[in-house]
Amino acid sequence: MIRSVRFTEDLSHLPTHKFGTSSITWWGVIGFMVIEGVAFALTFAAYFFLMGHEQGWPPEGRPAPNVVAGTIFTIVILLSEIPNTSIKKAALAHDVGTIRALMPVMVVVGVVLLIIRAFEFNSLNCLWTDNAYGSIVWALLLLHTTHILTDWFDTVVLYALVRTRQAYEGRRMEDVDENSLYWRYVWLLWLPIYLMIYWVPRL
Amino acid sequence: MTSKAELQSIEEENRELEKERAKIARDGPDLTGAALAARLERTWRRPPGIVGWLSTVDHKEIGRRYIVTALIFLALGGALSILMRLQLARPDSNLISAARYNELFTMHGSTMMFLFAVPVMEGVALYVIPLIIGTRNGTFPRLNAFSYYLYLFGGLMLWGAFALNIAPDVGWFAYPPLSGPEFSPGKRADVWAQMITFTEVSALAAAVVLVTTILKARAPGMTLARMPLYAWAMLVVAVMIIFSMPAIALCSSMLISDRLVGTHFYNAAEHGDPLLWQHLFWFFGHPEVYIIFLPATGFVSVIVETFCRRPIFAYPVVVLALVSTGILSFGLWVHHMFATGLPRVGYSFYTAASMTVAIPTGLQIFCWLATMWDGRPRFAVPMLHVVGFIVTFVIGGLTGVMVAAVPLDLQLHDTYFVVAHFHYVLIGGAVFPLLGALTYWYPKITGRMMSETLGKIGFWMIFLGFQLAFFPMHIAGMMGMPRRVYTYPAGLGLELPNLLSTIGALVVALAVLLFVINGVVSLYRGAIAPDDPWDAASLEWATSSPPPVYNFAHIPVVESRTPLWDVDGELPVVTGLRVDDKEQLLTTVVDAEPDVREPIPEASPWPFISAVATGVLFISSIFSPWAIPVGAIPVAIALTAWFWPKDMKRQPEPVII
Repeated sequence: MIRSVRFTEDLSHLPTHKFGTSSITWWGVIGFMVIEGVAFALTFAAYFFLMGHEQGWPPEGRPAPNVVAGTIFTIVILLSEIPNTSIKKAALAHDVGTIRALMPVMVVVGVVLLIIRAFEFNSLNCLWTDNAYGSIVWALLLLHTTHILTDWFDTVVLYALVRTRQAYEGRRMEDVDENSLYWRYVWLLWLPIYLMIYWVPRL
Repeated sequence: MTSKAELQSIEEENRELEKERAKIARDGPDLTGAALAARLERTWRRPPGIVGWLSTVDHKEIGRRYIVTALIFLALGGALSILMRLQLARPDSNLISAARYNELFTMHGSTMMFLFAVPVMEGVALYVIPLIIGTRNGTFPRLNAFSYYLYLFGGLMLWGAFALNIAPDVGWFAYPPLSGPEFSPGKRADVWAQMITFTEVSALAAAVVLVTTILKARAPGMTLARMPLYAWAMLVVAVMIIFSMPAIALCSSMLISDRLVGTHFYNAAEHGDPLLWQHLFWFFGHPEVYIIFLPATGFVSVIVETFCRRPIFAYPVVVLALVSTGILSFGLWVHHMFATGLPRVGYSFYTAASMTVAIPTGLQIFCWLATMWDGRPRFAVPMLHVVGFIVTFVIGGLTGVMVAAVPLDLQLHDTYFVVAHFHYVLIGGAVFPLLGALTYWYPKITGRMMSETLGKIGFWMIFLGFQLAFFPMHIAGMMGMPRRVYTYPAGLGLELPNLLSTIGALVVALAVLLFVINGVVSLYRGAIAPDDPWDAASLEWATSSPPPVYNFAHIPVVESRTPLWDVDGELPVVTGLRVDDKEQLLTTVVDAEPDVREPIPEASPWPFISAVATGVLFISSIFSPWAIPVGAIPVAIALTAWFWPKDMKRQPEPVII
């Protein structure tokens, strides 16, 4: 039974925000990345599971997807890491000016990517109703489009917020830092999907 | 993009804020006792009224709602099992039709797994974990509220569908092709699949809350090596949820899309494969069993420690056993698929893996037995449930090792032997410890003690009734009675085991009813509970019963694995958290060194509104794929409003409103 307390240490000097593993939202973001990562990994597993049953891939001698749109998409999303890295560094340095200058670039990049993505759907040479191959290829591309769309929306909202005086709150810099971290995840996940959609059928 | 004028005004504002920061009131030797309690109470209490009720972000309120809701679903699922047992009490019975019986066992299994077992374990954890690790609230408290409302809506949808006679009837694991568009026209299977989406999103959100709370919000000094075993169990479980539940969310989404927009994932005629479902489902389904069982081992460790008045024997072994059970559980899923035909090496591998998991579980049991041997056990109601657990779970574990052997499994697959096995491990392994844990923490949650006499009568009724209900099922199964049949012919020798099972099930139902009566009556008539009625060692007993809304007036410091036994009535604490706004202490992951003072979000109606918007999206997408893009708009608006600061004015120290 507790009867009294013994005071040990005063913690009022502790900071009220920190980056990386000290930030609770960083852990939240990592948690949701793992959840999505598992969902993607299992979709990849389903893809190879279905492929393992077939003599040819795509089955029945159908044409593989055209690579042009997907390749342009890959180049653009890889290049987007340049402004993304600058934003991430600026967030760590509390450099609001650079962030306000570069976040619109990321918003535009998102729109461009979504437009290219529409052409990608058009170059798959199959529909999801054709067979299980069509279903899984559409599923991969649709899942990743959802990924792009949610992060794009997140970036728009965050940009609106850093345009206010809230930008000078340290916690907003954590948000910017973690949004950039998430974008890295979006394009990293795209690379295996790109190979699976466009190049595995050509092996 | 940043003008000089703006920078200048920001700098001025910073100087002002710095001055105001110095004036912020904080807890400490000068602000303690009743004065501190009054200030914290003012800061922490939620807004009044129905809007306040829907806006709460207090982990205790959310945890209580989780527990009560899950117990209601336990009662509903239990009522269905009684209906099934009445139908099976006699051969050739016509009480329930074959089609209705299909709905009953589907609803029973789905309710028990998705609406009772996982949510109740999460609910207890959401209530207890922040207290047992010595913090003021769970992290991401709004996400926590969101997860509860999604779970509630998923449960209401399933039972609403049952009331409207569109309940699923394809079994709790909904195998295609039976659940596919060809053999299950109508919306029954979609209702099941969407209930899955609700409960999985909810469970995943709660799991993120639990992982981050356990890793980042522990009291200073509570290193990983001093963490209570219940927190270890819930950490492992939450990580398992994160790794397993995406599997079922994915496969049920594929099922819905096969049924709604004509994909062919499970359609063998168009290069799909129904076995893809079984792999994905059991990749979730097997860890699911341990997601239900491991929290119960956490309860057992806590209860054994308290009622034997001795720290758990071989703490590191128990921790390693928890972690290795969690890892191994991901390598077992194919043992649910022995009857589908596998390569030889697959049989050997999954048999070996299934038998291996018995080793860490056995180690834990020996550690508890050693603790009891070396301690001075008091057989109060929670401890009785632990003993009932050990006996029953060991029997269930042994039949588990039996069916891990392929030749025996092929004989017993889909018979009542399997039904007996998994009720032994799930009721014996999870429900008995749960009832013990609810009795154990009841005084902390309500401030009153449950009746010891009623508790003892209830324990013996449920323990003996359970054996009567489920032991004969082993016999019925070995005699060849398949599961999920709505009746059986007379003269096969199945009459006696089935009649005994029905009688036993009725006794179990009465025992659960007695537990509920005890819980409700004790709420008004129970003896007033002191802070630490069981003389226990962990931090939740260092605060009042029930705890104040802010949990602890000063954040406790931990210097050993059994803090309350080792401090001699004088609790070491840290100070310096602000009292004019909700603040929480974050510590480092391994060593629990004080790291950051983190503002806790204020109560907000937006998690509730977001859950409503998400619920509308999920339910309407049963009927049209367009519900997804259209329904996503209100969801996006609600989530933005949740995140967006309601007051743009900068504060001396951050607040989340």
